Amino acid sequence: MAEEKESAEAMISEIHKQITDAFDVFDHEFNKTVDVREVGTIIRSLSCCPSEGELHDLLAEIEEEEPTGYIRFEKFLPTMTKVLMERRYRPIPEDVLLQAFEVLDQEKKGHLEPEELTKYMSEEGEPFTQEEMEEMLSAAVDPDKNVILYKDYVGMMTVEDN
Amino acid sequence: MGCGISLNNDCSLKKTERAMKAAVLIQRWYRQYVARMEVRRRCTWTIFQSIEYAGEQDQIKLQNFFTYLMDHFTPTNSNQRDLISHIFTEDEVYKETELEKYFDHETIELPESYTGPHIDFPLTAAHAAALVEAFRHKQQLHARYVLQLLHETLKHLKLLPNINRVCTCFCEEITICGDLHGQLDDLLLIFYKNGLPSVEKPYIFNGDYVDRGKNSIEILLILFAFLLVYPNEVHMNRGNHEDYIVNLRYGFTKEVMQKYKMHGRKIHKLLQIVFSWMPLATVIDQKVLITHGGISDTTDLDIIAKVDRHKYVSVLRPPKKKKRHNMAEALSIRGARTSEGDIQTTNMDSRHALRRLSLTSTPCYSPGTRKRSPHDISRKVRRSVEEELEKCRRQVGFSEPYEDGKFSLSFSESDSESFEVCESDNAEWKQIVDILWSDPMHQEGCVPNAVRGGGCYYGPDVTEKVLSRHNIQLLIRSHECKQDGYEFCHNRKVLTIFSASNYYELGSNRGAYVKLGPDLIPHLVQYQVSRTTRKLTMKQRVSRVERSALRALREQLFSHKSDLISAFEKYDNNKTGRISLNDWATVVGSVLQLGLPWRVLRSQLVQSAPEGLLEYHAWFDDLAIEQPTTEHVHQSLLETLYRNRSNLETIFRIIDSDNSGLVSFEEFCQTWKLLSSHLNMEISNEAISDLARSIDFNKDGSIDINEFLEAFRLVDKIHYTEREGSLLLTTPGALL
Repeated sequence: MAEEKESAEAMISEIHKQITDAFDVFDHEFNKTVDVREVGTIIRSLSCCPSEGELHDLLAEIEEEEPTGYIRFEKFLPTMTKVLMERRYRPIPEDVLLQAFEVLDQEKKGHLEPEELTKYMSEEGEPFTQEEMEEMLSAAVDPDKNVILYKDYVGMMTVEDN
Repeated sequence: MGCGISLNNDCSLKKTERAMKAAVLIQRWYRQYVARMEVRRRCTWTIFQSIEYAGEQDQIKLQNFFTYLMDHFTPTNSNQRDLISHIFTEDEVYKETELEKYFDHETIELPESYTGPHIDFPLTAAHAAALVEAFRHKQQLHARYVLQLLHETLKHLKLLPNINRVCTCFCEEITICGDLHGQLDDLLLIFYKNGLPSVEKPYIFNGDYVDRGKNSIEILLILFAFLLVYPNEVHMNRGNHEDYIVNLRYGFTKEVMQKYKMHGRKIHKLLQIVFSWMPLATVIDQKVLITHGGISDTTDLDIIAKVDRHKYVSVLRPPKKKKRHNMAEALSIRGARTSEGDIQTTNMDSRHALRRLSLTSTPCYSPGTRKRSPHDISRKVRRSVEEELEKCRRQVGFSEPYEDGKFSLSFSESDSESFEVCESDNAEWKQIVDILWSDPMHQEGCVPNAVRGGGCYYGPDVTEKVLSRHNIQLLIRSHECKQDGYEFCHNRKVLTIFSASNYYELGSNRGAYVKLGPDLIPHLVQYQVSRTTRKLTMKQRVSRVERSALRALREQLFSHKSDLISAFEKYDNNKTGRISLNDWATVVGSVLQLGLPWRVLRSQLVQSAPEGLLEYHAWFDDLAIEQPTTEHVHQSLLETLYRNRSNLETIFRIIDSDNSGLVSFEEFCQTWKLLSSHLNMEISNEAISDLARSIDFNKDGSIDINEFLEAFRLVDKIHYTEREGSLLLTTPGALL
C-alpha cells in the first residue's frame, strides 16, 4: 500500500511539474500569472481537448471572484491537476474524427467542397472566426482538385502530432 | 432525401443534430491542434532568445576576463605586449594628421578590371542611389571608395552632438527603423515600400546595423552615403553592436576581412573610430526619445549630452585614464572594491536571473577560484606585488621565455597597463551602457540585466520617472527581436521597433518601421522578406523555425554530453542505464541553465521512452548530431570546444593580428591557455598539442582558423529538403 501511495504521489508531482512548465511558457511577466485569453491554449497544450463551452465552465472555476483579466497559478494548479487526474477532455481518436467528417459529407462524395466545410465550421456548433477558417482551409484544401480530401487531411494532421 | 413526409422533420432534425455534433467535434479538435502549434511557436521563440542572450552573456564574461587580464598583467616582452594591445586597441590614440596619413585612400589604385560602383565627393543623391542599386546586384564597393566614404562620414559625425535634435516641422513624417543586422534585403524592402531618404523623407536609424547578417558593410555604406547627402534629414544612432569587441564575435569583423582582404585591417580600424563618433540618441520635437536599448533609473540626458562619446571606442570597456602609480596601490584599491562585483554563475533556471553579472571596471574574480571574499583579497594584497603578477603570468601561460627577449619592460616603465578608474568616469560609462544595452520589463523597478550582462531591466515606473523628468512622452527603442516587428509596453510609453525580419530563421518574425508626423502619433508598417511566393501554412511556418531552434538545442545538449551523463548517473542508482522522464527534465534544466520549459519541449527531444524510462546513453545517438572523428582528442576537450566555439573564435581573431586567417602553433596554444584560464579549467599542454596535431597544418606550421573551426563543427545528421510542402527525409529513421 505504501508503494502505491508513493507512486501516486510521484504521479501527482510529475503532473504538477507538467502544469507548471506549460503555465510558465505563457507567464511573460514571471509573476505566476497568465492572461486569461491564453488559458485555453495552456489547457489544450496539456493534451486536453475541451469544447469552447467546457472551457468556459473551467474558466469559471479558475477565475477570481472579480475577474481581473489574469489567472493566477495558485488557482490554476489544483483545477488543472484534477482535470488531468480525472482524464477529462481526452483527445479525439483518429477514427472518431474521420466519422465526424463523414457525417458532414452528406452526399458521401468522399470529399468536401470548401464552401460546404466553411458553412458548417462558420455557422454550426461553436463557429470559427474568419481567421480560423482561412487557416484551416489553407492546409486542408487540395491545391489541384480544390476540394478537401478529408481522409488524407485527417491522416496527415494526426501523424505529425505524434 | 429518402425519408417520408411525416418522418421528414424527425429525420432532418436528427441529421442536423448529428451534423452539429460533428461540427463541434471537428472544431474542438482543430482548436486543440492550433493551441499546440502556438505552444510550439512560443517555445521555439524562447529557445532562440535564450541561446542568443546566453551568447551575449558569454561575450560579456569573456570581456570581463580580458579586463581582468589587462588589470593584472604586465608583458615582459614585445610579443606579449602585442597580444595585450590587440585586445584593447583603443590604447592607441590617433592624432588627426596621423589618421589622414594612415587612411590615405588616394594611394589605393582602382584596378582596370573594377566593375563596381564609382563614387565621388561631394556625394550626390545619384551616387547614393547608385550604391543601393549596385548592392542590390551584389556588387562590392572598392576599398578605395570605402575608405574615402568612411573618412568623409567621420568628418561629418564629429560635428554632431551626442543627442541629435530633430523637428517634424519641415516635413510630413519621419520614418524610424530598428535593428537591421546586416540583412540588406530588409533595408531594400523598406526603401521600396517607403522611398529612399530625401529632403521630404527623413529617416532615423536606431543602431545595430551590423553583425549576424551577411551584408553588414553594404548596409553601413548605404546609410553613411545618405547621411552625407542629406545631413539634416538622415540620422543614425549607435547600437550595442557598433562596437568592435562585439563584432569580433558576431561576424562583422569576419565579413570585412573576407570581403576586403588587402585593406580589411584599415577599414576595420577606421570603422572602430566611426562607431565611437556615432551619436547616442535622437530626440524629436523634444518629445520623443529614440535610443537603441532604453534607459535606467539613473539615466540623465543632460549628462549624456556632455560626455566625450568618442572615448568609448568599445562600450564594453570602461574609459581609461593613464596614470603613473605603483601596482600595489592599484591592487589595494581594487581589492577594496572587489566585494561589489563578485562573479556568480547566473542561474537562468530561476527565470528572474537577478544574480549580478555585470560589466565591471574592477576585477571580479582571480584565476584559481571563482568566488573570493574580501578577506581573501586583502591577504592577497599583502603578498608582494611581483609574486602576484608572476602567478598571473603563469596562469595564462606567459611564463615561458620567448626567444626574442630584447624588449623587456619592467612594470614601472609601462604606462599603459597601470591605471585607475575613478567614480565619475564609472558613472558616465554606466549612462552610456544603460542606453545601449537595457531592456524593458513588466515589473516595476530597475535591476541589472543579468541575461545580457550589461545595462538594466527597467520597469514602467522607471519609464514614467525618466520620461517625465525630461518632458518626453514616448521612448522608441530597438535591441529586442519581436514577432510582429514591433511591440508597445509600459502603457504605450515605450515602443520597440525591430527591422530585421526572419531574424532567427526564415519565417520567425516580421520586421517593422514606424512613421511619426507632427502629431507624434506612431504609424506602424510591417513587412517580411520572403523568397517564396507561395503562402506557407501555419504548420509549415512553425515547423521550419522550430526545426532550426531544435537543431541549436540538440547541439547544446550534445556539447554537454559528459556533464549530462554524469548527472543522469546520479539519478540512476541501480545503474540500469535508464532514468525517468521527470528526472531527465530536471537534469537537463540544471546542466544547461537555459531556463527553458523542458517538459514542454520533451516530446520534441525524446523519441521513445518505453514505460516512461529513457535510455540515456542511446538518447545521445538519437540527437543525430555527428561529431568529427578525432583520434587522440579527449571527449571533454571536444565538448569544451563545441561549447566555446564563439569564445575561441573571438580570441583567435584577436590574436590573428594581420588578419591572415592563420595562427602559429604557439598562438594556437596561447589561445587555449587563455580560454582555459577564463573558464577556470585545467587543460594540459599535451591535450592542446594533440588537438593541434589533429589538424593537418602544412602551411609553414600555421593553422587556418576557419579550417580549424569548420573541422570541429557539429553536424546535423538530419537533412531536410522541402519540395512543394512535403518533407523529404534523407536520413531514414530520424524523427524530428
